[in-house]
Amino acid sequence: MASELRPISDQLRRRRTYRRVLGGIFYGLFLASVCVGIVGLVVLLYEVLSNGLPWMNWQFITDYPSRHPEEAGLFSALMGTMWLMAMTALFTVPVGVGAAIYLEEYAPRNILTRVIEINVANLAGVPSIVYGLLGLALFVTWFQLGRSILAGSMTLSLLVLPIVIISSREAIRAVPDSYRQAAYAMGADQWQVIKQVILPSAAPGILTGTILAMSRAIGEAAPVIAISALVYLTYVPAHPMDRFTVLPIQIYNWIARPQDEFRGLAAAGIIVLLVILLTMNAIAVFLRNRYQVRSEE
Amino acid sequence: MRVEESKNISDQIISRRRGAIRIEGFIVKWVFFACAMISILTTTGILFTLIYQATSFFNEISIWEFLTGTRWTPILKPRSYGVLPLVSGTLLVTLIAALVALPTGLMTAIFLSEYAPDKLRRVVKPVLEVLAGIPTVVYGYFALTFVTPLLQTVFEGLIVFNALSAGLVMGVMIIPMVSSLSEDAMMAVPRNLREGAYALGATRYEVSIKIVVPAALSGIIAAFILAISRAIGETMLVTIAAGATPSLSFNPMESVQTMTAYIVQLSLGEAPVGSLEYNTIFAVGLVLFAMTFVMNLLGFWIVRRFRESY
Repeated sequence: MASELRPISDQLRRRRTYRRVLGGIFYGLFLASVCVGIVGLVVLLYEVLSNGLPWMNWQFITDYPSRHPEEAGLFSALMGTMWLMAMTALFTVPVGVGAAIYLEEYAPRNILTRVIEINVANLAGVPSIVYGLLGLALFVTWFQLGRSILAGSMTLSLLVLPIVIISSREAIRAVPDSYRQAAYAMGADQWQVIKQVILPSAAPGILTGTILAMSRAIGEAAPVIAISALVYLTYVPAHPMDRFTVLPIQIYNWIARPQDEFRGLAAAGIIVLLVILLTMNAIAVFLRNRYQVRSEE
Repeated sequence: MRVEESKNISDQIISRRRGAIRIEGFIVKWVFFACAMISILTTTGILFTLIYQATSFFNEISIWEFLTGTRWTPILKPRSYGVLPLVSGTLLVTLIAALVALPTGLMTAIFLSEYAPDKLRRVVKPVLEVLAGIPTVVYGYFALTFVTPLLQTVFEGLIVFNALSAGLVMGVMIIPMVSSLSEDAMMAVPRNLREGAYALGATRYEVSIKIVVPAALSGIIAAFILAISRAIGETMLVTIAAGATPSLSFNPMESVQTMTAYIVQLSLGEAPVGSLEYNTIFAVGLVLFAMTFVMNLLGFWIVRRFRESY
């Protein structure tokens, strides 16, 4: 009896070994896949830092672009980015939060609401250059705003609006229902509840989402090129109707030149851009953590 | 008397105040509604401007010539307006990116969802998020100054601007998109399916591949589609690294031009408003928008339609 069973159990043992080995091989593959992204990031950062740090100095920040790499800086692009971001935030926040409040607090469950929701999700997937074309035809040409900061910021607002709407909705949804019920029980009407109860408690979440949306906008080059084209600026824009350039375009401009020195400048510009992005993200993470701790108490 | 009078007055004040609040609330509601409608207006605006400008292009160049022509030389004489080389360039780079990102992203998601201990996941996920947050101009720089020279040491005679380098870097760029959406889908697979399989003696690898991946398949496919749509619309990376030579060839060693890169190339030069060149970017933009729009709708539809409810 026992000898009859042995061949089968041998087969089983072999099969089990095979399955174990196969599992081990795939474990290695899965681990290697995770490493692709991480190694990619590390190499990218190393490449940027090693090429860019020699070019980093105070003058690089405060100088205007120049044909001579030693004298070139990104001051006009940095100021252009600041202008663009401030105005984009000005347009995006009220509209984005307003739309989120409507969808969470007011919207009836009907076809129109469904269409708006699907539409917002879909807009988030439209390529950014298409927004650039929209801005070029609509704001630059038809509204006759020209290739101005105003036209650029309105275009970028439309681009990041879906992000602000989606994150604000999540923040509003996270406000406990008991807050609403308590406020209604005190005799408040809907707008008072929103203004005095929901918005204050959703504010940190909304702010976090807004910062993340702005950090998306700050890195965008394609739509801004469609609006502002490649412009050589040796002054700081002083008015919303002025022409402008931004950091990613200045970086692109330096990358596109054949001389090696300009590649170094591009890397230094990337460092500045990444530092700004990192700061914004750190603020967002800080706000998120602080907010989470408080709501758990 | 006095008491009643004052009560009357306070009633009036309260009711007037209530009326004011009600009117304010009414106005506010419609203002918020208008905010929400801006998203609809944006879509309408995109469709309208693209179609309007493309129509004036198609008044001069037939749609047939545009869609089937095999040469794209709108700025050089002899001028020719066949969009196929731009489409093939886009598809070539996208294909290379997909070959990198889809398997890597899926396996990353499997590792994060099925293998990684909580602590490791809490470190790896933010790192991948950083990867997703880096501006695409930076990836272009990386492709041109690091990956291309590296590839040139492997493939002798590889030219500076080529589809391979741009595609590989784009693949790494969209890994986080594939992995985070796929991971969400896998995390939603209920625990008891896994436990059932383990109880039958399955190994961790078998549970991952034969239970979790099939159960999360709709989410994974949606992740693939959305990532590919993102790759099609990606602009600066291909503008910098893939070159500006519209070409029908599917050779990854050659320089190609994508639809997005063409739009940027023309935008850099400020084409005069209303000229034929100015209108070409809208015609190309319309093709680009149509392709990504269909893929996005398909992605969302799959998520909704095939979502397994446990």
